[in-house]
Amino acid sequence: MVIEGIAAGHLSITQRRKLGAAFVPEERLGHGTAPRMKLSENALLTGHAASGMVHHGFIDTAATLNTVDRATETFDVRKAKRDPEAASLSGGNLQKFIVGREILRNPAVLVVSQPTWGVDAGAAAVIRQALLDLATAGAAVLVTSQDLDELAEIADRIAVMFHGRLSAPLATSEASREKLGLLMGGSSLEPKEAAHAVGA
Amino acid sequence: MQLVLEKRAERSGTIALVSPLIAIGLTILTMVILFAILGKNPLLALHAYFIAPLTDGYSLQEIAVKATPLVMIAIGLSLCYLANAWNIGAEGQFLIGAVAGSWIAVRTQGTDAGAWVLPAMLVLAAAAGALYALIPAICKVKFGASEILTSLMLVYVADLFLDYLVRGPWRDPHGFNFPTTAEFDPVATVPLLIEGGRLHLGSIIALLVVAAAAILLARTIKGFEIRVVGAAPRAARFGGFNANQLVILTFAVSGALAGLAGIIEVAGPVGHLQPGISPGYGFTAIIVAFLGRLNPLGILIAGLFLALTFIGGEQAQIAMKIPLDVTKVFQGILLFYVLACDSLILYRFKLVFPNRQVTRGAG
Amino acid sequence: MELVEAIILSVLAASTPLLIAATGELVTERSGVLNLGVEGMMIVGAACGFAGAWLTGSIFIGALFGIVAGTMMSLIFALMALGLAVNQVATGLALTILGVGLSGLIGAGFVGERITPAVHLFIPGLTDIPLVGRVLFGEDGFVYVSIALVLGVWWFLYRTRAGLILRACGDNHVSAHALGYPVLRIRTFAVMFGGACAGLAGAYLPLAYTPFFIPGMTAGRGWIALALVVFSSWRPGRLVVGAYLFGAVTILQLHAQGWGVGIPSQFMSALPYLATIIVLVLLSRARSGGSTAPAALGTVFVPDR
Repeated sequence: MVIEGIAAGHLSITQRRKLGAAFVPEERLGHGTAPRMKLSENALLTGHAASGMVHHGFIDTAATLNTVDRATETFDVRKAKRDPEAASLSGGNLQKFIVGREILRNPAVLVVSQPTWGVDAGAAAVIRQALLDLATAGAAVLVTSQDLDELAEIADRIAVMFHGRLSAPLATSEASREKLGLLMGGSSLEPKEAAHAVGA
Repeated sequence: MQLVLEKRAERSGTIALVSPLIAIGLTILTMVILFAILGKNPLLALHAYFIAPLTDGYSLQEIAVKATPLVMIAIGLSLCYLANAWNIGAEGQFLIGAVAGSWIAVRTQGTDAGAWVLPAMLVLAAAAGALYALIPAICKVKFGASEILTSLMLVYVADLFLDYLVRGPWRDPHGFNFPTTAEFDPVATVPLLIEGGRLHLGSIIALLVVAAAAILLARTIKGFEIRVVGAAPRAARFGGFNANQLVILTFAVSGALAGLAGIIEVAGPVGHLQPGISPGYGFTAIIVAFLGRLNPLGILIAGLFLALTFIGGEQAQIAMKIPLDVTKVFQGILLFYVLACDSLILYRFKLVFPNRQVTRGAG
Repeated sequence: MELVEAIILSVLAASTPLLIAATGELVTERSGVLNLGVEGMMIVGAACGFAGAWLTGSIFIGALFGIVAGTMMSLIFALMALGLAVNQVATGLALTILGVGLSGLIGAGFVGERITPAVHLFIPGLTDIPLVGRVLFGEDGFVYVSIALVLGVWWFLYRTRAGLILRACGDNHVSAHALGYPVLRIRTFAVMFGGACAGLAGAYLPLAYTPFFIPGMTAGRGWIALALVVFSSWRPGRLVVGAYLFGAVTILQLHAQGWGVGIPSQFMSALPYLATIIVLVLLSRARSGGSTAPAALGTVFVPDR
């Protein structure tokens, strides 16, 4: 694994973040956020390494609140008060916050797992657009998703994981449902095999 | 029809404020019943326990003196518990600190040692307590052994070690065969704050510890790490925090504070090392930590309150022949009520009817 | 020969309360609940057990008093930890402190009193067999109950459906709940069983081990019982081995002091505790990074509706 030319495979999580890596896990509550902690504290959770939130070991509360405000504004996070507990947000709004908090760190690489799972349509649209904008701005965005429509919409290239092995990436324009189906079923895309499977 | 518990969407701020008061109220109610069963006048007993000690300057000092080790140890424990590291061996760390610091006192006894003695005792005691606490911490981190059990077993080991020392090598030769060291030299004694009184420097140290902990937990990234690692371990790992390192750190700090409390107790109010130097401070501090809700200010208040009950218990025994065990019962019951009321901060009750109708219950 | 027999008998006597208490806690922990209040339940059992026997003159009634006392204490724990979802460690510790205080209060009036200790079995012919006679056929009721208890628990856990369900609650309460099992109710019963055993184990001390009551006579046995459960990897068979091993170490260090072995008595007394730590470390290490504890042990469970 190489980030911006630097080998990162053996580095710690915090060191990778310092190099510009960001990650949105599948599980919002308990993994992506500490459910009973405030949003500002959850901003600190991933921002403590390299986002100006910590000075000489002390927390800059203004900076963490600032992140919450910016995420709220930019990604339309609906909440009851300025800095509520993470658990009190709805799934879609919490996901917008989580994705937003990572994007606001200007990552070089963003890995997102199931970005819109269990999220309402409006929030899902916001999130997908945010990912697209980030990619356009030059970051590398890796999305893991079970939603083929979503991937077709936002991805430039698609690869399929089968039994722990990743296929070669296909350009989205060439990734037809049939081809994806074959890969998901485990066959390779040798022309003869593919033609046979598709019934040609 | 059933009463069920369900999780609240958000912590209840009102209950968080009111819960300790409700708990204290319920405890006092229970104690009134207990006093009645014991055949003692409840009002007089309550007065002896809670009011009488506050009316006398001397007993106010005693409360502060008694609260000092409780608060110091409990602060250290709160750091561990916040990080989900269960240090039950504070009593042992207290004793080992007392032993280590006393070693300097005993070695320099009778010689014309300088003012370096006391600071050296304090530092050595803290270091010894920290090292002793690292044993269960390392056993947990490296081997996965339960820190609850290992730290607890070490309490007995420390107690026996102390017993051996004061009955054997360190026994005062002029002490009429009592199992105790000779009185510490003045240079090895914790200075008093008030001439002729009981208040000593240890109380100031305890207050500084409270302040330091408050700053650590609320304002520093390390404090944040400690809190997250206990509250949401997977999120902590996601945030890049190292749970093992935090277990080691909190145990070491907790052991240091317990050890420091130990030598201060020995070199302060008591003046020499003897068996039974601790009337279970290490375990009572666990109650103080929970009563204080693992919060530095709360611990300070809880420590003072519990010290009040100790002094009150002694006075009640003298004045009304109420057994000292009642104090333990009171503390146990108080902790139960506090824990129960605190549960309502995170959960609420609901009445559930079989035909699926739902009514709000208490909360 | 006689010395060996005497040592074996005293090891049996020292191990029995450990075995009984640990068996109860084993069931509790297999259901997923960590009850640190064993010492508190035991010591209340001791006080109430002695009180019962002294008041009625019957050891059996005394033992019943102890069992009931332990069960009542455990109900407090169940109410807090299961009913109110309170942290189990804090609740268990509070129970211990409460128990020590309560037992002091209850037992205060009985200090200095004596009762007739539990009768030992005597079968003419069998009990007289050298070495094994008194060990197998000359013990008091508590010892036989302790063995029956362990066997019963083993059979229950591994040979009955109810035992399987209980173990399921301890390993994965979410799944057990999803399958429709009343997790909290099962755990409550497990906790009560643990309390009953702890109370009985505590009652053993003033009823059979010594014929009198001293405040604090459990002397940390409840904590050793907790260690024993871990030592046994939560398996009844190993629990027996562990209990007798610990009893043996305790007795041997007493004898070693008498034999004039040049080691300070305190070090010998510390051996059982050091042994527990070493065993804990070795066992946890052997399983490379953690124990084979019931996976849900100690975690809070509030059923979803």
